[in-house]
Amino acid sequence: MRELIELAVKETAIILSFSDSEIAVKLLELGCLPGASIQLLHKAPMGDPITYLIDGSIITMRKKEAASVLIESK
Amino acid sequence: METKEIISVALVGNPNCGKSTLFNALTGLNQQTGNFPGVTVEKKIGKVRIHDQQLQRKQTFNFIDLPGTYSLFPKSLDEQETLKVLTNARNPDYPDIVVAVADASNLKRSLLLCFQLKELGLPIVLVLNMIDLLQRSSLSIDCAKLSEVLQIPVIEMNARDKKGIGALKKQLFQPNTSHVDGSKYTALLQSVNKPLLPLDKNLEKQPNYIQEKEMLRLYSLIESALKEALIEEKKTQALAWSIRLDNYFTHPVWGFLIFLGILFFIFQSIFSWSEKPMEWIDLLFSNAGDWVNATLPAGAFNDLLSQGIIPGLGGIFMFIPQIAILFTFIAILEDTGYMARVSYIMDRMLRGFGINGKSIIPLISGVACAVPAIMSARTIKNQKERLITIFITPLMSCSARLPVYTLLISAAVPDQNWGPFNIKGVLLMSLYLIGFIAALGTALILKWVIKSREKSYFIMELPVYRKPQWGVVAFTMYDKVKIFVMNAGKIIIAISVVLWLLSSYGPSGKFDGIEQKYNSTSYIEKVGKQQAENKIASEKLRNSYAGIMGRAIEPAIAPLGFDWKIGIALVTSFAAREVFVGTMATMYSAGSNSDENSITLKESMMKDVNERTGKPLFTLATVMSLILFYAFAMQCMSTIAVVFRETGSWKWPIIQLVYMTALAWIAAFIAYNLLK
Repeated sequence: MRELIELAVKETAIILSFSDSEIAVKLLELGCLPGASIQLLHKAPMGDPITYLIDGSIITMRKKEAASVLIESK
Repeated sequence: METKEIISVALVGNPNCGKSTLFNALTGLNQQTGNFPGVTVEKKIGKVRIHDQQLQRKQTFNFIDLPGTYSLFPKSLDEQETLKVLTNARNPDYPDIVVAVADASNLKRSLLLCFQLKELGLPIVLVLNMIDLLQRSSLSIDCAKLSEVLQIPVIEMNARDKKGIGALKKQLFQPNTSHVDGSKYTALLQSVNKPLLPLDKNLEKQPNYIQEKEMLRLYSLIESALKEALIEEKKTQALAWSIRLDNYFTHPVWGFLIFLGILFFIFQSIFSWSEKPMEWIDLLFSNAGDWVNATLPAGAFNDLLSQGIIPGLGGIFMFIPQIAILFTFIAILEDTGYMARVSYIMDRMLRGFGINGKSIIPLISGVACAVPAIMSARTIKNQKERLITIFITPLMSCSARLPVYTLLISAAVPDQNWGPFNIKGVLLMSLYLIGFIAALGTALILKWVIKSREKSYFIMELPVYRKPQWGVVAFTMYDKVKIFVMNAGKIIIAISVVLWLLSSYGPSGKFDGIEQKYNSTSYIEKVGKQQAENKIASEKLRNSYAGIMGRAIEPAIAPLGFDWKIGIALVTSFAAREVFVGTMATMYSAGSNSDENSITLKESMMKDVNERTGKPLFTLATVMSLILFYAFAMQCMSTIAVVFRETGSWKWPIIQLVYMTALAWIAAFIAYNLLK
């Protein structure tokens, strides 16, 4: 089990769970749910925010938010 | 249902799911834009009579486009309106049928909202939009199966080329009735959603844990439903393309260069493309003024039309081409999905100023008009960031400042080049930059002043790139220009009439004596007929009610190099900046009573003399001071009104008004004294 923040560029993993309900609600609405595959697409200038491909959608979030998503390597 | 005269149909769906395209396809030009009661959330309604050939029936439908939302757990006032309409059968907009618009390439997420609607017991038609994107990928949906599993009608659609519209219309004649009792779910939604108010802190108090649990429950229902109807999912072509394009558009170096290039291109186009049409409009109005002046019998009504209203309207309508071009570009940037990328690459930098990547959209739109821009700040969920964005947006150089800048720059700045650049052009460009810098500086101050413990988020979808839909772009442009023309037109006609009355009449006594004093044969012999008439006109203006008003505020603005005439223009243009031009036109044509209309406003302004110094009034120092005053001063009642509505109190609009006026005064004072 790792935090999403540890994912490398182009690496893919599976979402396990969320450690913060407030962020979880926002991510769930966008279709980012446990069991979905997640790939790091690119990082904005200065490495923050970060853009991911989650279940066919391009979703961007800040480092801080990515830190509350728990993943497991594929 | 059959007996109902009008069937109301609500369109509900996620942002970027093509809901608005579908709405346009269904209603065409029969749509009206308004607001939901009590809030500035935009409400689009379209009444259409549909004739079904096969069923031999005609029926009137009232379509309503509800604000896009991902779920019925609203995080903003817009989303809250959707919830309000759908959970209250007594709401005037409560629908007979709900069309749930789903992005077919993002089915799982789209169904979350659809399942919530189902639990509310609403009769639903599910539209799988953008089905063409799927057909180009290897994903396929078994619609018949999906309809069977969900027990609701499902229609395949591609709203962009109107595929599936006919099938949807037919379906609306035979809605299925829901057998779900929605009262329980309504109660649940009411218990987990604390009502939101403008600038409310209730966002923090939302019971997120219950919402999370509920969403996970719905998703597990969705997954089992989709297992039967969906074949393996793969990246669509549009998605693959978007990811490839983002390698450039969001690149740390190229991304910024492309953004700057696009901005530069937009500004270039605004000025070069609009030059000719602006001349035509200007010519049209000045000819119309001359024609009215020559045709109507001389007198008060003739003067009001030919010297007040017509030049006033002309001064504003001249800017329609520029505003149309600007709004067209902004609509294209939004519609293609590029604006979201700009938010993404700007987030880190803007965070340092206490705002959010999403603030870039209001800031850029603010170049067109602060009113819609301030409303678009609603997508910013953090209230402190949203408030700062609302506060600084009016500092961006809006299109109403253009007429003021153009007139003033042309009156005092020589038409010369610095190397390859035209001085006037450089000056105008730097005014946009000054506005942006002032906005960021103000944000920095507010970041330290406003205290908030609310967390800041930046979670958003980057929608796949799409070709702009020219119909949507054209409609947006038409709509914005119409609003501009109607609003500006009304204000200008009203102010022209009032100003003309105030400048043509004065307290009896001194005002009435002017004619006798200077119309005497001895005076005319001394200075000549022309000179005497000018003297009468300017003395009349000076002693009119408007002149008295202007002279009353003169002490406050004299340190900035302004005289009482500019004072009158400042007072009248408090309603809207562009009124400055109309006021100058009215005063300078009222002030110089020459019969030759060949003299332009610019020329008569340049001839004017400051009564205090005896030197020309519009020197470089005065003009720069005036330009900076308009760059920073609020001078816009519509903005004050929208800030009041968006923040829910008078506190912020008043602070903003005082701050901007003070900033304007100080900047103008410094500029005047440096250049004097």
